[in-house]
Amino acid sequence: MAAAHEADLATDGARTGPVRGRAPRSFAWLGTAPFFLFAALFLILPTLTLIAGAFQTPAGDFTFQNIIGLFTPQIIAAYRISIEVSLASAGLGAFLGFFIAYAIVHGGLPGSLRPLIVTFSGVASNFAGIPLAFAFIATLGRIGLVTLFLKDTFDVNIYRYGFNLLSFWGLTITYLYFQIPLMILIITPALDGLKKEWREAASILGASTWQYWRHVGIPVLAPSILGCFLLLFANSFGAIATAYALTGSSLNIVPILLYAQIRGDVLYNPNLGYALAFGMIAITGCSNILYLWLRARAERWQR
Amino acid sequence: MSAPATTPGGRRASRAGPWIVVVLAILYFLLPLVATFEFSLSMLRGVWSFEAYKSVFSDTRFRETFTFSVIAALVTIIVGSLLIVPTAYWVRLKFPKLRPLVEFITLLPLVIPPIVLVFGYLRLYNSSSFLPFTGSANGTYVLLIFGYVVLSMPYMYRAVDTGMAAIDIRTLTEAGESLGANRITVLFKVILPNVRAAVLSGAFLSFAIVIGEFVLASLLNQPAFGPYLALVGTHKAYEPSALAMIAFAVTWACMGLLQLAGRKRTARRVAAPLAVKPNQGSQA
Repeated sequence: MAAAHEADLATDGARTGPVRGRAPRSFAWLGTAPFFLFAALFLILPTLTLIAGAFQTPAGDFTFQNIIGLFTPQIIAAYRISIEVSLASAGLGAFLGFFIAYAIVHGGLPGSLRPLIVTFSGVASNFAGIPLAFAFIATLGRIGLVTLFLKDTFDVNIYRYGFNLLSFWGLTITYLYFQIPLMILIITPALDGLKKEWREAASILGASTWQYWRHVGIPVLAPSILGCFLLLFANSFGAIATAYALTGSSLNIVPILLYAQIRGDVLYNPNLGYALAFGMIAITGCSNILYLWLRARAERWQR
Repeated sequence: MSAPATTPGGRRASRAGPWIVVVLAILYFLLPLVATFEFSLSMLRGVWSFEAYKSVFSDTRFRETFTFSVIAALVTIIVGSLLIVPTAYWVRLKFPKLRPLVEFITLLPLVIPPIVLVFGYLRLYNSSSFLPFTGSANGTYVLLIFGYVVLSMPYMYRAVDTGMAAIDIRTLTEAGESLGANRITVLFKVILPNVRAAVLSGAFLSFAIVIGEFVLASLLNQPAFGPYLALVGTHKAYEPSALAMIAFAVTWACMGLLQLAGRKRTARRVAAPLAVKPNQGSQA
């Protein structure tokens, strides 16, 4: 930072000449101070204080007891179902989103379809939270449109076959409503980078479609797809509003457990709450670090 | 000729797959909307009516909470712009080396779940801390706004930074200064008008995020639209569907305006702000 200051001083002096040259020390860094102060106070410090709390006793001494305390059946089950829902919705979201994006980029469909679907994806990926839960209750709830349609038309009561909107699969299907559009939005640029010339070159050299995908398409796209998957995973892992409105507290996922803990200390140990939050940061943090690393790799092909 | 593998026949055959994919996708995405709309119209038995909407609009709690959230969103946009626009400008102009750090910080809210963030606020800023935000009603409101600014930071910064990449801020600044303007004047009279479309894009996205936000508002005990939605969901049957349609319409409006704002200059780059993360290398 000091080096940046000196460089800045030099260019500043050179540019503005003697008129402003009288300022011996540059206060240019003050321009960034509000941002860094704000980020420190309302983003970094609150997070650090939780991480610190996860390794402290209520009296403030260092301990691993809170982390060990996470390994109770209730909390393990919460992490487990959270990770399962996130894996399923991210995996299916990435898979289905990829095919939709591929269809609109390379499928030879009418050109007007692409902006339409991309715009809709922008809307749908932001249509999360409580209204989304309401929409799915009206669709796949016990008296939802699709549920009743299947019952009246085909005499198939999906609830009798074990389907329940307030369950793992119900939550996953609901999450897909914002996961698939998010995948479409973030994978489309990568698919644009898949140049037609590569396919042409491969086929001139006699490669079959399978060989093209095996040796060109998949290796080029793999980091992007995996990166998107990780972003989608973190996206659903931290989500709470949809699940809360959909299931109340009947589905025990980590954000809902944490919400209940903040509201009324249901774990009877505030520092265990910090450990719970620390676990969430650790998981979303790891998947995002992997994402950044993969993105750096993927970008080599997007220039 | 340039694509020997795709004969006319082959091309026709390969188009059925994409069509099926797209049609299935459209079905999946339209069905919940149709179902919600249908449900919201069927409050009166046997006929379709707008009774549920009437019930929603006549609820004073709806008007109060919706107004509260609209105002909170507007305040968030103003505070966020005042924080992000000068920072993005200053960092690009003076400290280009700091740009990756600033960018990393602005992306952190995507890593730290909002519920963890607000939990941190509650621990750090309780009534006995050095900054007792939650000790007073006004302080809690300020904390809510700051939290919303943090949540909208990834989108706001990306949009504004992309907008600044599209104009030559250095030349514009020098031109302004050689005409006698100081840095503040340059920022507000020269730079800001040039990145207006980008700021608007960030603003509409922030609005869409804040208007129905639940966790922060709920845990900071604010009378916002999100907690109201959750409450209605637990004890009403048809009103939630009407509210979902209203929320969807608001999101559409935001995204539509975003598209309009983005079309002016950096159409493709700003049109999908969520796509900016994987894009950034190609823009840098």
